Amino acid sequence: MSVPMAEPHRTLAPPERRVAEVRGARRLGAYDLITARDPVGPPDPRPGQFYMLAAGDGWGGGTGERPFLPRAFSHAAARPHPGGGAELDFLLEDVGPGTHRLGEMGAGEALMLLGPLGAGFRPPVQGTRPLLVGGGVGVAPLLCLHRELGADDQVLLGFRSGAHAAAAELFGDGARVVTEDGSAGSMGLVTEPLAAELDGDPAATVFSCGPPAMLEAVRALCAQRGVECQLALESGMACGFGACFGCVVETVAGYERVCVDGPVFAGSQLARVV
Amino acid sequence: MELCGVELGGPVLNASGTFDAIAARRAFGDALLERFPFDAFVSKTVTLGPRQGNPPPRLWETPAGMINSIGLPNKGMEGFLVNDLPELARLGVPLVVSVMGFDHDELAALVEGVGAREEVAMLELNVSCPNVESGVLVGADPAETAAAVGAVRGRTTKPLVVKLSPSSVDPAAVAVAAQEAGADALSLINTLKGMALHPQTRRPWLGGETGGASGPAVRAVALEQVTAVAERTTIPIVGMGGIASGRDAADFLAAGADVVAVGTESFRDPGAGRRIAAELAALGATGRVRTPEAVR
Repeated sequence: MSVPMAEPHRTLAPPERRVAEVRGARRLGAYDLITARDPVGPPDPRPGQFYMLAAGDGWGGGTGERPFLPRAFSHAAARPHPGGGAELDFLLEDVGPGTHRLGEMGAGEALMLLGPLGAGFRPPVQGTRPLLVGGGVGVAPLLCLHRELGADDQVLLGFRSGAHAAAAELFGDGARVVTEDGSAGSMGLVTEPLAAELDGDPAATVFSCGPPAMLEAVRALCAQRGVECQLALESGMACGFGACFGCVVETVAGYERVCVDGPVFAGSQLARVV
Repeated sequence: MELCGVELGGPVLNASGTFDAIAARRAFGDALLERFPFDAFVSKTVTLGPRQGNPPPRLWETPAGMINSIGLPNKGMEGFLVNDLPELARLGVPLVVSVMGFDHDELAALVEGVGAREEVAMLELNVSCPNVESGVLVGADPAETAAAVGAVRGRTTKPLVVKLSPSSVDPAAVAVAAQEAGADALSLINTLKGMALHPQTRRPWLGGETGGASGPAVRAVALEQVTAVAERTTIPIVGMGGIASGRDAADFLAAGADVVAVGTESFRDPGAGRRIAAELAALGATGRVRTPEAVR
């Protein structure tokens, strides 16, 4: 096949599923943070790319009817491993049988893994400041983006409650936290400080990941102000590499696959997120 | 080994619509070509005009499987021939192009247009569509299937594989009708019709309301249908339906399939085809070629 155009925001994955080892797991408020040693994958997945994960044991069969398919997660952090491959952190929220099983995994367990997949975040528009806007478990890909950008960015994080806001500690002191119930940070929605920031200085590029309603609000806010935004979408997926055509989102060019055409889309590509 | 005169490096194909080699190349780069998982590549179904496919949601996970309601999105024949076929021709394995027409004229145009391209080794007729006049699912009915195959048989000299629908009272009767109308091989099973309800609203979950069930959940049904079809036909069989291991593949070969295809398992692992081929080889099982004398 002809060589596709170089895609700097897409680190290529080995073409088969492999076994990673869970090296550690800890509870982080309402979430689980698991660390896995990927033995042969690339050391440099791009922020916003994702991996398909499944437990080596207890995935289908047994007493539970599901899960059967792997689940897609953006890495929260990736560190090259001196022995090759990478060490990857994933932030998980128990919302169903797949995330439940992954969240209960402990050190030494086999984690089936494919990735990194999809296209990650692109650089900010020249002359603008990066503004990172995360919601809930969607803060994960913004963590590695934040670390890559260094001190140049601003981080706004929204959570349901203080228990969920525990994930903000991964960002150190630099993040502004908003919760819906006011139990941590200020009370409200993360789009409120975002609007204030953009009204104060619209020379920004917004990077966002979170629940669909939040992403839609971010998209609309940015569109009204002519601010470029990059939205990392989530979708149920069977494969993660363009095979099943199950994860489409409606774009201005018709349906596109979240897994290969995204998961990061420019706000201008989407008529609306939900 | 060979299938309908086409040389194959081994007995594992992909099921149509379960692997997009062009998208996979974007994700995996050259390593995909170096470790290509299949011995022949079967395209997603191509229709005469372009299709957007069904509105999302398009997927539902079931016990040991899934339901999809994708709706055959594709670029249409011209888009496929111009944009995709030259890329697929570089995979290094024989190409099987799946086509579906919504009437005999469309199907004939597809078979003629696709069959004329030298990159194409074989065509697969996806007959899991309704006759627009009678409403009868073509692949569920022997006479409809025979009429569809007969309408296009003269349009190409390339082997025609007929993809059988499992939604027939007697799949073997449809298979016999396809063979008598000029099919060179049969592939089965396609997905089983299924549906899922939204856990809160109890309305259909899938954008297309119903979809096709696949995965290990349908393997037993597939194995029985392959057995029944093999007993009454003499042309080669591509067996599929929930194959996830070399042992599963060996069962299908023993049931009468000449080669096997992997579908849903490739969603879980894009390298599944290679793994299954290696497991099959380790079992000492290979594709078997039936001779007419071997058929009861």
